[in-house]
Amino acid sequence: MTNKSRLFNRERLEITIDRLCHQLIENHKNFNNSVLIGLQPRGIFFLDRIKRKINSLLEKEIESGILDTTFYRDDFRSNEIPQAKETLIPFLVDDKNVVIIDDVLFTGRTVRSAMDGIMNFGRPKKIELLVLVDRKYSRDIPIEPTYCGIKINTITSDRIEVNLAEQGFEKDNIWVINR
Amino acid sequence: MEQLLSKDLLGIKNLKLDEINFIFDTADKFKEVLQRPIKKVPSLRHMTIANVFFENSTRTKLSFELAQKRLSADVINFSSSMSSVKKGESLLDTINNILVMKVDMIVMRHPDPGAPHFVAKNINKSVINAGDGTHEHPTQALLDCYTIKEKLGEIKNKKIAIIGDISHSRVAISNIYALQKLGAKVMLCGPSTLIPKHISSLNVHIENDIKNALKWCDVANVLRIQLERQGNNNFPSLREYGLYYGINKKLLEKIKKDIIIMHPGPINRGVEISSDVADSKNSLVLDQVENGVAIRMAVMYLLSQKNI
Repeated sequence: MTNKSRLFNRERLEITIDRLCHQLIENHKNFNNSVLIGLQPRGIFFLDRIKRKINSLLEKEIESGILDTTFYRDDFRSNEIPQAKETLIPFLVDDKNVVIIDDVLFTGRTVRSAMDGIMNFGRPKKIELLVLVDRKYSRDIPIEPTYCGIKINTITSDRIEVNLAEQGFEKDNIWVINR
Repeated sequence: MEQLLSKDLLGIKNLKLDEINFIFDTADKFKEVLQRPIKKVPSLRHMTIANVFFENSTRTKLSFELAQKRLSADVINFSSSMSSVKKGESLLDTINNILVMKVDMIVMRHPDPGAPHFVAKNINKSVINAGDGTHEHPTQALLDCYTIKEKLGEIKNKKIAIIGDISHSRVAISNIYALQKLGAKVMLCGPSTLIPKHISSLNVHIENDIKNALKWCDVANVLRIQLERQGNNNFPSLREYGLYYGINKKLLEKIKKDIIIMHPGPINRGVEISSDVADSKNSLVLDQVENGVAIRMAVMYLLSQKNI
């Protein structure tokens, strides 16, 4: 039997993103030496929302990029190759504070591969991680978020379904599905 | 499309249009990787690839090797002139001896048409044809088409003239297949002694006058006169070939049309193409070489899934 419960609707998502943006500004001040990097495929939608909010709060354009981690995955030998998506990081990350943005943190392997990818654009001063949903107790490697929208307890067979307006859905909704 | 259909890349003839576009999409991503400060990804760190060359090569071999290293694969190079082939070892014995050392993929160039096809049938690892005699050179055609697409936005309905020594050219055959699959119109131009008799069955225009070919085309892909493969006297002298079929600035000015110039290399400067054309702003010769690495990375990356 499948049980579907809502983690976020549009209003709650907006409030949470608002809070995350203020936390980011508290730590990164005017973002003069900080950049945001969204992970493909869905992290880029949150990057876009967070960037727009911070831009309006700071009244300036902050630097950002998008990263596809396909070429850095560690399951290349066991899985079907996912089709690589666009990477666009039009700056060097040397000595910069980098904030990785993704939708869901599960095993931590995607974030590990993202850090490998980011290192190809220079040596950052610091890397932080922002996720909207942190699935606690399911990590394969020791990676924890610096900023988090919500922490939830899940088991491996659970699934997080992210439906965003940017993906063509009528309303923003993020669900946890227990199977 | 999620993966290529065959375990091998032996030619363009049997490649589907979707597969060509899939390779191009993947090459786009690798082209971006090649612009990064660190131009290397760990995708094929679990693989060992052998470059088995029974015929000389400079840029193809370098390009494949660089692509393999950018993908973090281990690479071994085999050259027939320095091997036991000289002592009479058969092709399959040579390949099997390489494979038993835990090699996962073979990139092969051979003077005999069909040699990579024979090897591919007899082993379960991927084989990439890096040129088999006068038959096919698929990665060259892919990088040529990719370069045209990058420059012109699309290939459909574009007019491409392949000029020069068609008879001895594997690049020409692979290009004809690839360009036609992508919707281009193809013309072959050269002295009739260098155009194969039945090539018109491939639905290409034939032209012997280079001025007409240049007036017709958007892109001129100029082929090298393959001096090493000229058995009979197909033309009186290189000088005469250069006079009738050589492309120089003066000739292009007479045509009064912006034509993109391509050449798979190595260039016989002053024979099929003059230096002022090879080095002009309309020349994509160096773009072709640059794109070659991204295309070969894409092909090996996509075929590597067949070796899991």
